[in-house]
Amino acid sequence: MKPVLIAAAVLLALGPFALTSQSLVNIAMLTVVSAFLGQCWNIAGGFGGLTSFGHTIFFGTGAYAAAIMQTRWGLNPWLALPAALVLGAVVGAAIGAASFRAGLRGSYFALVTLAFAEVFRVLSNSLDFTRGGLGINIPLGMGAANFQFADRRATYAVALVLLVLATSAAAWLKRARFGAQLVALRENEDAAAALGIDLVRTKTAALALSGGLTALGGVLYAQTYLYVDPSISFGVERSVEMLLVAMIGGAGSVWGPILGAIVLHIIADVSRAWIATPGFAPMLYGVVLLVIIGVLPRGIIGVWERWRA
Amino acid sequence: MLEVSGISKRFGGLQAVREVSLTVPAGGITALIGPNGAGKTTTFAMIAGFIRPDAGRIRLSGQDVTRLRPDRIAAAGMVRTFQITQPFAGLSVLENIRVGAFLRHAETAAATEAARAVGQRLGLGAFLDRPASALTVAGRKRLEVARALATQPRLLLLDEVMAGLNPTEIHEIVAMIRDIRDGGVTILLIEHIMQAVAALADNVYVLAEGALIAHGTPKAIADDPRVIEAYLGRGAAARLAAHA
Repeated sequence: MKPVLIAAAVLLALGPFALTSQSLVNIAMLTVVSAFLGQCWNIAGGFGGLTSFGHTIFFGTGAYAAAIMQTRWGLNPWLALPAALVLGAVVGAAIGAASFRAGLRGSYFALVTLAFAEVFRVLSNSLDFTRGGLGINIPLGMGAANFQFADRRATYAVALVLLVLATSAAAWLKRARFGAQLVALRENEDAAAALGIDLVRTKTAALALSGGLTALGGVLYAQTYLYVDPSISFGVERSVEMLLVAMIGGAGSVWGPILGAIVLHIIADVSRAWIATPGFAPMLYGVVLLVIIGVLPRGIIGVWERWRA
Repeated sequence: MLEVSGISKRFGGLQAVREVSLTVPAGGITALIGPNGAGKTTTFAMIAGFIRPDAGRIRLSGQDVTRLRPDRIAAAGMVRTFQITQPFAGLSVLENIRVGAFLRHAETAAATEAARAVGQRLGLGAFLDRPASALTVAGRKRLEVARALATQPRLLLLDEVMAGLNPTEIHEIVAMIRDIRDGGVTILLIEHIMQAVAALADNVYVLAEGALIAHGTPKAIADDPRVIEAYLGRGAAARLAAHA
């Protein structure tokens, strides 16, 4: 069964390279980016139970890092990837250290991350450094050396590499000591502490890892659309989508976010074809989230596991 | 092994624990008993670092652990269990035990092996791949002990592992605790059942209303009128003597 599943996944992942329609490749690319961001959220939110409602903080940090490095300092955009990884991790570590030292968890942690995202949005909206509400245009300069691709298939390839990277991180968590300690903290903090697990350090490291990876997604966004602004970067909708993708598929599982992204994109694209009302998609997300929490607390993967057991 | 001197804790207007001092000699089983509400669990939580004492000192093999966090204390070799069992409900029994084993083993394969060995030794061999939430009360108590033991402690703090068990299960768990002691782990346990303690402990401290009222062998404690009164009420010792 397992080799069949892996073969199907590889085929599905490589399929878009054979497509000639740029719009179909675009849908595939968006789905893979969603899966990647969901996977990043999953590393902290799924494995560690750090239910962030402001994960776009890291996404926006990466997007602004790419834009500012190029437009202000004339640096090559590829350099934005390592820079974003480090910056995202630093922001994650800072928010984590502050929140977990104060003993925040569950809905309090969710609220704090939501508030941090709003702070980042307001700051980027008012600071000169980020060009305020105008946002930043990245000058056009197509070419692989400049991390700008005319062919969507190249963007898709980068997204796929990111997804493989984040999924490898999740698979590593599933096997390694760090992941086991993170899951133990999610399940029961007192019991985990009694068994020698350092709560603040473990959770902070998880948020840093997740934040660093998420920021890479921001760089890819900036290089694809060549424009960033405060609400694109730090708007609440992206945070919600990240956690939704992970929860639909199955938070805390390795393959959940990938499944979740596919399902969510099918729902969103089909509904968009039928109903053109603006704001319908966010509303639909809300409904989907309610259904998941109420009926499938462990997501699609949970159904699969129950069926197999 | 463990030296507790004069620890106290006040919750608002309630003096939960008052200047408790006790010594746990290496290699033996020491018990802390007392009626419900005597402050046993608070004392325990202070020793394990879950509650900060207002006063007093706690030393583990000479090292001052009074203000250390629970995870540091566990790393130093003193690990507690919980009276109300706290399994990692979403994980299997083996994965639960392995969380403890990971304290001393960085490699997953080694930790898994160690966890499997501890599980089998404590009679959980048949349940290792089952979810922890599927265990019976007795099974969960065993899991608590197995997880703690997997951290390879020098001193194991057992919080009422016999509470809620039937006589057969108590008999089995007493044998298990002896086996752990024979393996070289020092044990401090809390119980409110005197009989279970008498069979097990070398050394008993009795706590009532937050203060130590007696200390000695199980035999001496059982005959101590102060202890009888603490359990059965004022004047009980005299009434028992009159009936005898």
